[in-house]
Amino acid sequence: MKLEQMYQEIILDHYRQPHGAGLREPYDAETHHINPTCGDEVTLRVKLGDDPAHPTVQDVSYESLGCSISQASTSVLTDLVVGKSVEEAFRILESFQEMAQSRGKVPGDEEIIGDGIAFAGVSKYPARVKCALLGWMAFKDAVARVKEEA
Amino acid sequence: MTTLQTPTAGLDVASIRDDFPILSRTVREGRPLVYLDSGATSQRPRQVLDAERAFLETHNAAVHRGAHQLAEEATDDYEAARSKIAVFTGAEPEELVFTKNATEGINLVAYAMGNSSIRTGLAPESERFAVGPGDEIVVTELEHHANLVPWQELCRRTGATLRWYSVTEDGRIDLDSLELTERVKVVAFAHQSNVLGSIAPVEELVRRAQAVGALTVLDACQSVPHMPVNLTELGVDFAAFSGHKMLGPSGVGVLFGRTELLDAMPPFITGGSMIEMVRMEGSTYAPPPQRFEAGVPMTSQAVGLGAAVDYLSAIGMDTVFAHERELTKVALDTLREVEGVRIIGPDSLEQRGGAVSFVVDGVHAHDVGQVLDDRGIAVRVGHHCAWPLHRRFGIAATVRASFHVYTTVEEVAQLADGVRAAREFFGVA
Repeated sequence: MKLEQMYQEIILDHYRQPHGAGLREPYDAETHHINPTCGDEVTLRVKLGDDPAHPTVQDVSYESLGCSISQASTSVLTDLVVGKSVEEAFRILESFQEMAQSRGKVPGDEEIIGDGIAFAGVSKYPARVKCALLGWMAFKDAVARVKEEA
Repeated sequence: MTTLQTPTAGLDVASIRDDFPILSRTVREGRPLVYLDSGATSQRPRQVLDAERAFLETHNAAVHRGAHQLAEEATDDYEAARSKIAVFTGAEPEELVFTKNATEGINLVAYAMGNSSIRTGLAPESERFAVGPGDEIVVTELEHHANLVPWQELCRRTGATLRWYSVTEDGRIDLDSLELTERVKVVAFAHQSNVLGSIAPVEELVRRAQAVGALTVLDACQSVPHMPVNLTELGVDFAAFSGHKMLGPSGVGVLFGRTELLDAMPPFITGGSMIEMVRMEGSTYAPPPQRFEAGVPMTSQAVGLGAAVDYLSAIGMDTVFAHERELTKVALDTLREVEGVRIIGPDSLEQRGGAVSFVVDGVHAHDVGQVLDDRGIAVRVGHHCAWPLHRRFGIAATVRASFHVYTTVEEVAQLADGVRAAREFFGVA
């Protein structure tokens, strides 16, 4: 059945027990993203490492209001990017985004996006792609803001 | 599928369904379509599709221009549609302006008022539409964005202030929440909430608006398609509705304006065919409704809307309303039985139409909708373009089921089973 394809167990696990949830100090930038079609929201903070030559993602914290897909994908995001270099985090983001927007054509590379491949099924439902990307776009935006300010 | 079609209101839903080809299709791996999203857009019967096609195959031409035979025939068909809609809504044909949809109709009034507010080179009668600092525009907290954002924008452009009636816990306009004063120039409100289903006390709101000399603008998007509406008897100054929600085509809607108001109101969109005389130095404008129909208008869509009105009239709007009332009762009765379901809006049938919105504890509306979709049930999820209303209830999104004349009791009954399945799937059952 399609429903199980979309809501894989990994997604439901992350939804029930989200990783990295809650807003934390310190942080370098905060963003607030909204899905205007359904009203879902995420407030996300990013703290980068102190070495500007080799920026790393030290922490991603967030508060969100939304469906299982948006909550779980933000949870997966924190698992995947925290501790990575910004460059690596963006490589993961691009890979996840490519899969999410592929309408089921790109299965996703588990080597790069780990648990993120559980969202491959979501990409077949165009109305839900925004849900899967809500936290990720908030993260992208937050990092861009840190760079702007720097 | 052998669908039992319990008759409601003496309506032969089975034969009605035969007129709607789309209702016999399947979705998501062979599930029969259960279309409970008519509040967003209704499906169209063959009679409407045939009318559009017949017009295009035999009479199509640009209306209100040209003197050839096709132009005459097309113009006659276009105006005949206007006349049918006028009878259907208790208005005069010249009180009805064809617009793209209700959103454009409401914007037409808001922009005409904005133009009036600039006060340069306009006829003195346009003064009654002018607003500025110190004036107030009144809406309600339950409005669809289409009857909210245009007024926010009018206020921004003119310096007027937006005020609103709040909404009670059971989903009614709270008439005690606002006192109208002489400063109020417009009172704009929905006839029936697209989320809550509650029907506004139109008579009382019109009385209050008239008492302070304010114009009334009725968003009739969820009323004209679902119940008998006589705009003249309601006493509103303006009203707007969309064709695609009343079994008609998309791309056509109607703005109603009382004759003396349309006569006095300056245009919104200007250009061809809305003029009386054009010189390089300036122009004068045609009488309504042409003044508000610049450019070659939608024609087959208007003709299709005329056919939709014929279709609804043949059934009778009393019957349509009674049918939807039965469906609403089934929806409320069956959903109430499901643990964790909270109806957002009146939990009774009093002054209520067929839009049933709800939340499910522990399962987001999007996720409920996905489970329903997997069972072939199409509902709307989200804020349904009424974001402030959802915030008022402290929720981000609801699931909304809405009906039309082709909806069956059995379809509505499937909703509750689907919600149970969603609770189970997400482990909250």
